[in-house]
Amino acid sequence: MPANRFNAFTDYGVGIGLRVPHYDHILSQKPVVDWFEIISENYMVGGGHALKVLDQILDQYRVVQHGVSMYFGSAQPLNREHLRRLKELTKRTNTPWLSDHLCWGSVDGRYTHDLLPLPYTFEAIRATAARIREVQDFLEIPIAVENVSSYAEFHESEMTEWEFLNEVVHAADCGILLDVNNIYVSSQNHGFDPMEYVNAVAPDRVAQIHIAGHSKFERYTLDTHDHPVLDPVWKLYARAIERVGPTATLLEWDDNIPTFDEVHAEALKANRYRPEGNADALPLPMEEREEVEA
Amino acid sequence: MTLLEFQRRMAEDVSRPLTAGFMMQEVGPDGSSVAESVANYVKPNGRLSSFERLEIYNRQYWFRLIAAVSEDFPALNAMLGPKRFDELILNYLEENPSTSFNLRDLGAQLPSWLEDHPEFTGAHLDLAVDVARLEWAYIEAFDRAAMPPLDETDLAALQPTSVLALQPHLQLLALRYAAEKVVLAVHKNKPDVDIVSSAVIERKTSRQVRLPKPRRSLTYLVVHRYQNSVYYRRIDRGAFLLLSAIREGKPLAIVVDKAFCQSGLLPSARAKKIRQYFVHAAELGWLIANPA
Repeated sequence: MPANRFNAFTDYGVGIGLRVPHYDHILSQKPVVDWFEIISENYMVGGGHALKVLDQILDQYRVVQHGVSMYFGSAQPLNREHLRRLKELTKRTNTPWLSDHLCWGSVDGRYTHDLLPLPYTFEAIRATAARIREVQDFLEIPIAVENVSSYAEFHESEMTEWEFLNEVVHAADCGILLDVNNIYVSSQNHGFDPMEYVNAVAPDRVAQIHIAGHSKFERYTLDTHDHPVLDPVWKLYARAIERVGPTATLLEWDDNIPTFDEVHAEALKANRYRPEGNADALPLPMEEREEVEA
Repeated sequence: MTLLEFQRRMAEDVSRPLTAGFMMQEVGPDGSSVAESVANYVKPNGRLSSFERLEIYNRQYWFRLIAAVSEDFPALNAMLGPKRFDELILNYLEENPSTSFNLRDLGAQLPSWLEDHPEFTGAHLDLAVDVARLEWAYIEAFDRAAMPPLDETDLAALQPTSVLALQPHLQLLALRYAAEKVVLAVHKNKPDVDIVSSAVIERKTSRQVRLPKPRRSLTYLVVHRYQNSVYYRRIDRGAFLLLSAIREGKPLAIVVDKAFCQSGLLPSARAKKIRQYFVHAAELGWLIANPA
């Protein structure tokens, strides 16, 4: 189940997001990392330092692309220039699959640069699935859609979020990037049982899993990616792995980013919940690392 | 309500300007209650009203956009001070909402917009515009494409009718101040940042840097990338005119004439200068074949 057509039959383990503060460490220390996830938009440029670093990373590591602005759920036609440049990048990275969010964020040519939740309606299913199919056809690689954290629910909704997700991926015939932190954050904001969500997701479509930290405020919870993964999220992760199998897993840490070793160690905690996970997968102490590499 | 109608309505609410205290406005532009309007499509829960739930998105929208533009113009921010800069950015974004899928493009219109809005810069309009132009030139030089430069053989084969081009990353600026001194003082303290997918929960401010006070003097600059680092290089008026003519796609014979427009230089000195300009530009890889 972990290697499936939605992640191009790959069998990736635990990875982390490639972030600027870690560039020097990765390039100089060459740590053992199963794979990196990049935010596509950070590398959809003509040239320069970011692409040079990316090429160096690609020489030594496996990279998967994750986007933040395709807005599968937007009601209007796709931006062809965006698609063309995204395809150019996929050719550079050879990403086995590509993910973006099950949300909307642009209308009438204006971009909010946010991951806005959709009303869970049959019209939204049709519109979103059609856009995902179009992107998948154009890029010629499998697409996985990620459930987002949300802070608002709508009167228009006709089903639960997990019913909506399952309907969309079925209609689009695409994969799921299951973000268990986002499920937890939304469950806190909307008062549903997050385990019910995890138990309902179509397991055979899960291409990848995201884990991350969040921030709890007095009256709501925010998806801030600035903390270690919290226990309730690990519980959801454990259940997801139980249902789906040891699927490619990625830790997102985007704000107050600690050292590379701290982020990587936090990600590797996921191995505790994976059947093949073991102590060997934990990062080596620095003093032992040179000996192993030689 | 169709999906498109829903999205237009929510986008209008999410992008509505915040109050002076960075909260969602309670009254719409037509005097109607925003809370009532939002309650028509956003459900309340036991802890938050419909208005409060949407306010999270409204604040995030502005914090994210303000942060993105602020990161690209740290010297302008340092020069004007955070209060005046915030006011400037909010007004700029109201008139120039994002029309690109990439946040990187958000500040593209700021230098020209600033020129038309002296009310935000007080007596320092020209310097502020120069700083903004230079900071945007840095963004362009940082990540625009680099093409294979012309080599010696290519250069030796040039004719008066040849048409060249400049590297896409090369930016040509004629400034009224030596603004690079201000920009360099601030940029060396500026961290690089990513576009990410997490929530933005606060309005971040940058720390103050002591700025030099450049004098007013016509300054010609090339902002370019060399071995993946961005450099500011001062050039003289002749080189600026020559490179500008190349960028405009003029044939070499005209490019050379343009370089000495209103120049008192003797023809023999001109030939020497032209050689210098081309050798210099070729050494730095600025010249490329005309893509047309």
